Amino acid sequence: MECLQGIAVSHGVAIGEVLVLDNEGFRIPRRFVSRDAVENELERLAAAMAAASAEVERNRNRVADQLGDEYAAIFSAHLQMLRDPRLQGELEEMIRQRHYSPEYSVSRVLRRYAKVFEELEGGYLAQRASDIFDIEKRLLRHLLGRRREELSQLISPILILAHDLTPSETVNLNPKFALGFVTEVGGPGSHTAIVAEGLGIPAVVGVGHFLTDVSGGDMAIIDGNQGLVIIDPDEDTLDRYRHEVEEYRLAAVKLAALSHLPAETSDKVRLELMGNIEFPYEVEQCLKHGGDGIGLYRTEFLYLGAETEPTEADHYNAYSKVLQAMEGRPVIIRTFDLGADKLATLPKPEDEKNPFLGLRSIRLALSNIPLFRTQLRAILRASVHGTARIMFPMISTLTELRQARMVLADAMEDLEESAVPFDHDIPVGIMVEVPSAVMMLDRFLELADFVSIGTNDLIQYALAVDRGNKDVANLYTATDPAVLRLIHMAIRTAQKANVSVSLCGQMSGVPRYTMLLLGLGLRNFSMTPSSLPEIKRICRAVSIGECEQIANRALSLETANDIRAYLNDEHMKRFPDMPLA
Amino acid sequence: MDEHSATRSVCVTNLRGLHARPAELIAKRAMEFKSKIEIIRDGHRVDAKSILHILTLGAECGTELILEAQGTDAERAIDALAELIGGDFAAFYQNNQI
Repeated sequence: MECLQGIAVSHGVAIGEVLVLDNEGFRIPRRFVSRDAVENELERLAAAMAAASAEVERNRNRVADQLGDEYAAIFSAHLQMLRDPRLQGELEEMIRQRHYSPEYSVSRVLRRYAKVFEELEGGYLAQRASDIFDIEKRLLRHLLGRRREELSQLISPILILAHDLTPSETVNLNPKFALGFVTEVGGPGSHTAIVAEGLGIPAVVGVGHFLTDVSGGDMAIIDGNQGLVIIDPDEDTLDRYRHEVEEYRLAAVKLAALSHLPAETSDKVRLELMGNIEFPYEVEQCLKHGGDGIGLYRTEFLYLGAETEPTEADHYNAYSKVLQAMEGRPVIIRTFDLGADKLATLPKPEDEKNPFLGLRSIRLALSNIPLFRTQLRAILRASVHGTARIMFPMISTLTELRQARMVLADAMEDLEESAVPFDHDIPVGIMVEVPSAVMMLDRFLELADFVSIGTNDLIQYALAVDRGNKDVANLYTATDPAVLRLIHMAIRTAQKANVSVSLCGQMSGVPRYTMLLLGLGLRNFSMTPSSLPEIKRICRAVSIGECEQIANRALSLETANDIRAYLNDEHMKRFPDMPLA
Repeated sequence: MDEHSATRSVCVTNLRGLHARPAELIAKRAMEFKSKIEIIRDGHRVDAKSILHILTLGAECGTELILEAQGTDAERAIDALAELIGGDFAAFYQNNQI
């Protein structure tokens, strides 16, 4: 049993077999073989070893011919490793005596060697670990052949362990089979965290280097409440966690009863609680938990999964599906919020040293008008299927907002000329996620029908912290007094101008902040759908008066830690049974 | 020990220690003999015919190793390996990049 600590980014507990994804996305399909199959499996192993050896030998000869013997030396060593009598003996023993599959045995035995090499003193010898991974991959490629599986082809529920999960990997994920995520890198707000929250499954990130020690098919527990990953747990630990999973299930059943009650405070102030979604299938979750609408429909998935640029029809189909499923409830569609590096069809930006300060989001849209127009036309056309709203991300100047509205007006004119029906009064709003937008908000509001505060980026831009960098992730905090002031200012400015304001960052769905945000004047929250029941429970139990007291006190405190501790206290006083994160 | 066993201590002289290439040469050479051959470092005992095992020794330049062989060709095996480990690997290959 091995217990690892990471950062908890999506709560819950999951128990199951693991799938280890390295940079080639390999999966070890099964752990055991039947007794009768042993001889066959041994033959399969021998064939894979022979094929891998032949391949290495060809490489060696080619390199030796072209570059000389000394460059081919490493292939000689690889060849010797593949012919290592001890390795063969260990693999055969695992298959014959313990009935492990050849894939599992190869992965297990070679990773054990890699670990020994990594722990050796002296950098040069430690590098041998990468040779071992190379051999492992080569053997697996031969063993798995066409049966190599990827995230898109999962057929049974599994825990996914990876160095980092990329958007293109998660976009094709079948959500039915992903029980939880663990990644070596990343922090709160990383892509993995957002996807896990969206799916309502536990996730732990920033665990550090550990994949070497794990083989596909191992048992593991992901504790998304405490940020723990337990590999190969003992029976006692398993029992304890099975019990916890059951308690979770019961608590969820209780909260589900709230989904049909209105979102209002104890003094009957009506609120709107909406869901953030990325994929159309998440609508179901949102409705199940009683969401009043979609406060943030992220559209990046349309660009990330595809090899080519999505067509107007691709956009239209996705948006129509969500609008129809929401049956007239509002759906705020955010135009694409991506960096140029994520779009294969665009040229790579040359000076992109700081992608978060670079050509991304609305800036990218305004410098690629045709791409932007395609999306806007699709949103407009889909608007006849429900209550659609358009939201522009990362607006930092008034000029950007004016330009974006002009592109939209052009798209409307085009449709009108072609007599295509659409909602002529479709509300247009902006994300407030750059400090400059907060400072200038009163002027922006003359051109916006609604605003939504995006705290994830607002915190990062206000505090100058990359939330994905684990070395500084601790500086990334929603309770920084500067962040509170910015949020407060944005809410007050919007209310003064009588413009609807919501908050769609992760803060919305974290119980610790609910009373604070109500006290700061927020009446519209948009969050990951799985958080809706808990947040509704808090809202229905508190009055605006007491929340205002809490907000005033929080605004008077000096440091992020003081504010955090104070909010935790107030929360625990009222809701001792509810987890904070 | 019976007459078919041999032992000798030897010091690694290769500047970069027993990394992949020297380990490969040792394993290859050891496999030419019928005897069971082991290399010992501070009580850690490995099979000299296994490149992976040799690498786990983490032997650097100056590390003291003990060689032990059992079998009909034990003496010859020890001679060959001691010469390889204690000598200049370059003598066996023309380039000295190892």
